Amino acid sequence: MNNNRPVNLDLTTIKFPITAIVSILHRVSGVFIFAGMAVLLWMLDSSLSSEEGFAAVQDALASPVCKFIIWAVLAGLAYHLVAGVRHLIMDCGIGESYEGGRLGAKLVLVFSVILIVLAGVWVW
Amino acid sequence: MVTAITNLGRSGLYDWLIQRLSAVAMTAYIIFLVAYIAINPDLDFGQWRALFDQLWMRVFSLITLLSIVTHAWIGLWSVLTDYITNQAMGGKATVVRVFAQVILGVVAITYTVWGIQIIWGL
Repeated sequence: MNNNRPVNLDLTTIKFPITAIVSILHRVSGVFIFAGMAVLLWMLDSSLSSEEGFAAVQDALASPVCKFIIWAVLAGLAYHLVAGVRHLIMDCGIGESYEGGRLGAKLVLVFSVILIVLAGVWVW
Repeated sequence: MVTAITNLGRSGLYDWLIQRLSAVAMTAYIIFLVAYIAINPDLDFGQWRALFDQLWMRVFSLITLLSIVTHAWIGLWSVLTDYITNQAMGGKATVVRVFAQVILGVVAITYTVWGIQIIWGL
């Protein structure tokens, strides 16, 4: 490969259209929920270990800090799921045009905000 | 140039397929668990434990666990190879990227072992 070909991948000089924002959020949320898996695994582990462990998870769900952490993980998961479903739909050939891509990106933001708010209502 | 020897499937097409199959499995699991917890607001330890004592739930959970770690490897591999490049940070990029991939691998294996212990160690 010719290593001297001109490339501009300097993200700080590129203007982000909505499709790019949705895409980068998909990546950011993916990295975030991979770390957040530790929280979910702890909840599963503790809740299945014993009556006391189950109660410990319930207690954690009552504290504001834990509520926020769990909501943040659920929010990341909700966004990542919705953005992923968009990929699956596009794999079927739907929404692959320029306008379709922009509409899909807007729908991802709308649906994920709804789910993230619902997750907040659920946790609090 | 990043040589594709650290991606999961050794081929972009194979990675693409694994990424989608694992996504469908995880989505099914999330929908199931959220629905289960939503329709059982007074869930107690006994009922929760009984759910995970059943073979189908353990298999479903194991499929999801393996989906999580393979999906995460493919996704985070893409992120690391896109941003930690020679172009972005010079010659040391390869060392930094491989180091990050080792961390990723250790976390992925830890999640796998921990998860299997939770699901099957009851």
